[in-house]
Amino acid sequence: MDMSMRILVVDDFATMRRIMKNILKQLGFTNISEADDGSTALEQLKSSKFDMIICDWNMPKMTGIELLKTMKADDDLKNIPFLMVTAEAQKQNVIEAVQAGVSNYVVKPFTAEVIGDKLKRVFG
Amino acid sequence: MDALIINPFIVATKNVLSTMAFIDSKPGKPFLKKDNAARGDVTGIIGITGDANGTIAVTFEELSILKIVSNMFGEEMTELNNEIADAVGELTNMISGQARKELAEVGKVFEGAIPSVVMGKDHSIIHITNGPKVAIPFGTEAGNFTIEVCFDR
Repeated sequence: MDMSMRILVVDDFATMRRIMKNILKQLGFTNISEADDGSTALEQLKSSKFDMIICDWNMPKMTGIELLKTMKADDDLKNIPFLMVTAEAQKQNVIEAVQAGVSNYVVKPFTAEVIGDKLKRVFG
Repeated sequence: MDALIINPFIVATKNVLSTMAFIDSKPGKPFLKKDNAARGDVTGIIGITGDANGTIAVTFEELSILKIVSNMFGEEMTELNNEIADAVGELTNMISGQARKELAEVGKVFEGAIPSVVMGKDHSIIHITNGPKVAIPFGTEAGNFTIEVCFDR
């Protein structure tokens, strides 16, 4: 795995962005940006290149699943790996995300080990 | 109110705090709360709709939430501020999500709203639904917190 890959962390809660950035730094990643909802993430995705999206589901303006579907419909963005990290743990959520093309799915709460393992699976 | 609805919130609360903040919390005896006074200094509250409609509140004493968020961030938090409020919102969100997952597994499907947070000494928690308010006190090494569950049936 390229530890200098550019990762975009998307969550409306600053707490979760902070925790995720701490975990990614612990895991050795050095190039991390953040966005506070799907629409601001989309703006960033259109203006610069990212190698990985780690995204919450429930957010104001544009949700994580809406961002995922929008990216999959865009030829420039559809191949960027997308890890959904969410408190929405019910089966229908997981099924909807899989059908939309999510790379993997993490249910909150999570440990650093879980995030590391999921990233390995995405890039393995 | 059915104990089947209450227990998943107790399990979810313990799980969220142990996973995200490495804190062991011990639930005390649930009781019916008659007043609106918050038992804590900062409260996260979230609406839940589905098989029943209601609200869940998680209210933390200052020392307990400072320790919890310090552990979550890996740095010491010394005062109640916007960072603490944001963290309480996210904790409430995670507790709601975990509990709703467990409830869905026994056929009770709920959806959660986006949480709100109230902070300050002697604030009130007013549940909009007109049902019994079940409070479950929790103890941690750093202080106490209480969850309140109120459903219309």
